[in-house]
Amino acid sequence: MPPVSRGFRGRRQSADTASRLPPGQYETRDFPVLSAGPTPRTSLTTWDFALRGANGQTACWTWDEFTALPRQTTTKDIHCVTKWSKFDTVWEGISVDTLLSEAAAKGVVPSPFVLATCDGGYTTNVPLADVTGGKAWVAFMYNGAPLPAEHGGPARLLVPHLYFWKSAKWVRELRLMESDAPGFWESLGYHNYGDPWREQRYSGDE
Amino acid sequence: MSPDGTASRIAWRLATVIDVVLETPRTRTLVLDVPGWPGHRAGQHVDVRLTADDGYQAERSYSIASPPEDTRLSLTVEQLKDGEVSPYLSEALHAGDTLELRGPIGGYFVWDIPTGGPLLLVGGGSGIVPLMAMLRHRDAALASAGAGAREKLPVRLLYSSRRWDEVIYRDELTSLAEKDPTLQVTHTLTREQPEGWAGFRRRIDRAMLEQVAWPASEQPRVFICGPTPLVESVASTLVELGHQPALVKTERFGPTGGAV
Repeated sequence: MPPVSRGFRGRRQSADTASRLPPGQYETRDFPVLSAGPTPRTSLTTWDFALRGANGQTACWTWDEFTALPRQTTTKDIHCVTKWSKFDTVWEGISVDTLLSEAAAKGVVPSPFVLATCDGGYTTNVPLADVTGGKAWVAFMYNGAPLPAEHGGPARLLVPHLYFWKSAKWVRELRLMESDAPGFWESLGYHNYGDPWREQRYSGDE
Repeated sequence: MSPDGTASRIAWRLATVIDVVLETPRTRTLVLDVPGWPGHRAGQHVDVRLTADDGYQAERSYSIASPPEDTRLSLTVEQLKDGEVSPYLSEALHAGDTLELRGPIGGYFVWDIPTGGPLLLVGGGSGIVPLMAMLRHRDAALASAGAGAREKLPVRLLYSSRRWDEVIYRDELTSLAEKDPTLQVTHTLTREQPEGWAGFRRRIDRAMLEQVAWPASEQPRVFICGPTPLVESVASTLVELGHQPALVKTERFGPTGGAV
């Protein structure tokens, strides 16, 4: 056990809260904003979303087309690498499974890795297996209202089982790739995979 | 990176508190001796971990206040109302106590001499901490260089505090600016001002940035750190004023939802 911090008691949570908090996390009730740069503002009239296959095929949706796809609502706990977790966040958006099956009709075939790219230049990488099977969405509603720009609106990727930097704000494209390539924070010392339950915060964490 | 290309784990280290410096009524600086500290860049942070006697642990992140040139690591901690960790760090810890930490963390909100200038630093409240590391780094690294080296890296700092006695590093900022004509420090006090205060007395806004900040044509490196509303507003306004988003780096700091 690590050395005891003399006189530190800490704030104990209920057993329910404790069981929902990954190691090193604490619960917050508000919704902190973390971004590396200015918040981009993209007009919905020019916004589009692309799903690009490694084979060169692409499926692309305008805002109206995208939001007309079958929607799902999901309630999830989210975990930020900066230590806060927020429980029972309610999102509405399009499942990545839906996007992949729609894109299959345009000749887009699956590849094992995905790179999300965003307005403002942000990128993040995830294995395909972590965004399929009901595990990830492109969300444009939060708590029943349009997603605010500072939280990633018009739309952000939502991969709630990984640290929240993987849930890329202002996402515009998912690129399927045959080999893995690190994204923005993954190139700056953060973990390539980012499982909060294994506390994979930084490069080298097991 | 190790020779086989895999990164090694950022290890937890046991730091010893050498000194505790009272900065403001709510803010203290912990001066730490960290055996094996690998060095850091100005703007980076550390994770701190506290362990209770029954094994319960709490972790938080704190920006590093000291420049890479210092042999000791300094963390400046603002005591948050109802905070779990900050009251312990700022009140219970004394010289001789130990503290677990690991780092340095973060490779984006960083500035070194080779990054160049001009430099525009905008801070709110305890968001000054990583910006102070940059100012101290610049001062230490250029200490033996001529005035020409400073003129090539001019800095403007715009710092928003609620009141004069909450200005962190107030005396040091004053003395740095007095000895260095290429460093301009501008305060705004948003809640309460001392008698005869001639400076700004409002939240940072467009007119203030137009007056204080480098024009976009100078292509300054911009670092903004503070509460979310300040960071969002200043970053958006600078982009409206023509600054390239890629040169504007932001970091949120301090209590959630707070306004300075």
